[in-house]
Amino acid sequence: MGTVDDVMSGQVLLDEEVAARAPWSTVVPAGAVLTIVDLRGNQAVDFLAYNAADTAERYSAADTIVAQGSIFLTTGSVLLSCEGRPLLTVVADEVGRHDTIGGACSKESNSLRYGHHTEYQHACVENFLTEGARWGLGKRDLVGNINWYMNVPVEADGTMGIVDGLSAPGRRVSLRAAMDTLVLVSNCPQVNNPCNGFDPTPVRMVVTTEPGTMEPRA
Amino acid sequence: MAKGGAMTSVASEGAATATTHGAREHARSQAGRSVETMRTVPAGAWPQLPDGVAAADMLWAETVAGGGYTQLRVARGTAIRLRDIAGAACAHVLLFNAHQPAERLNVADTTKVLWQAYLGAGHLLLSDQGRVLASVVSDTSGRHDAFCGTTTLAGNTARYGSGAAHGPSPAGRELFVVAAAKHGLSRRDVATSVSFFAGVRVEADGSLSYLGSAGPDTSVVLRAELPLVVLVANVPHPLATDPTYTCSPLEVLAWRDRATAAGDPLWHASPEAERAFGNTLGYAATGGLD
Repeated sequence: MGTVDDVMSGQVLLDEEVAARAPWSTVVPAGAVLTIVDLRGNQAVDFLAYNAADTAERYSAADTIVAQGSIFLTTGSVLLSCEGRPLLTVVADEVGRHDTIGGACSKESNSLRYGHHTEYQHACVENFLTEGARWGLGKRDLVGNINWYMNVPVEADGTMGIVDGLSAPGRRVSLRAAMDTLVLVSNCPQVNNPCNGFDPTPVRMVVTTEPGTMEPRA
Repeated sequence: MAKGGAMTSVASEGAATATTHGAREHARSQAGRSVETMRTVPAGAWPQLPDGVAAADMLWAETVAGGGYTQLRVARGTAIRLRDIAGAACAHVLLFNAHQPAERLNVADTTKVLWQAYLGAGHLLLSDQGRVLASVVSDTSGRHDAFCGTTTLAGNTARYGSGAAHGPSPAGRELFVVAAAKHGLSRRDVATSVSFFAGVRVEADGSLSYLGSAGPDTSVVLRAELPLVVLVANVPHPLATDPTYTCSPLEVLAWRDRATAAGDPLWHASPEAERAFGNTLGYAATGGLD
């Protein structure tokens, strides 16, 4: 834990920009740190994680929520798998609140949320399916995902929804991998709600070694 | 003969079961007994039929033990009643489209699309394909949860000393994996479940409050809007406060009913519901399921 600058001070293993609306993936080695940079501000980054050695073990929103007793992610949050094991830990966060309950947008759910005229718009599930296929993953492998930088409050009467974000240009969140972790990302293309400020923009992904080390842990 | 305490009874039973004919007689003599938690076959023989339901329309009747599970495949238009008999049941439920089980319950869409985090009467359990798998027709509990999923082997082992399906405190996920396997489904298909009869609320700061049970004899009636595989695990909620593994029997009844149709209040409860039911009816009709 510390500042983002502290936790990403190791050797840079990868530094890539993800275009607006695009999918992305990588394997973050155990001990390495993935830092996501919200370059233009208020850009939802839909995110799934898998044990790279056994992808049937994957991020579980429910187990993560139960273990930390809260639906919001921030520094200290441990992202647990469906088997209750840590995949990643949030080690630094410049926003303070990220979403676990909103899931991904899809063409199909867009038809319910906004009307059938939105069904041909690009969506996160399309990105997850495209990128997952590169790793042998299919539809059955998609589960409830994290939305970095997305703000989904729940009112006292249960009313919930995606509202204006809390992020700003350049805000970062850093995750340290507890095991070799396959990360699937959809740089959210949604234009019908405020999750991207109605304007999808690029984000940056940086993977660094554990601070003070030159190599990822064997 | 290693189990010394059982030696006498084993020896005496052995006399009756030393031959195939004796063993067959012994096996058959066990039938016809009744215990608290079991399935009733045929379901029409269930002694307390729901109001307005004829014995001939009963499809399923079972009392699921605490720590137990059941799994059934139902037609579109089937009503399924879950009842917490004694007040300490917790029905963890997974739903799949029986015709294409890659389509399954999507908890995020179920809450987000309907702008409502808390399950109750009128809520629609949505799939990932923009369709209604089941609707919540009635609810006398009001305490349910769509955020916390079910329990895991690791979690129950840490908490109760065991979480294995064969142990004294089975985890919900372990039971789901077995139940799913009976429909050709694997660990990859066991995504986040919803649970009935143990309430959870979210505070403004995002923290969870556990409400637990609403008391004995509460029930939820679900209506299958598509042909479904229904998996039900009756295990303590992940946030259960009782330090011991406490879970009382769950009653599961199913009977012939009809799917929600245009003109029904539920169909028109919200614009999102209208589109979800429209998608569902279109899919059912196109696929010859209606």
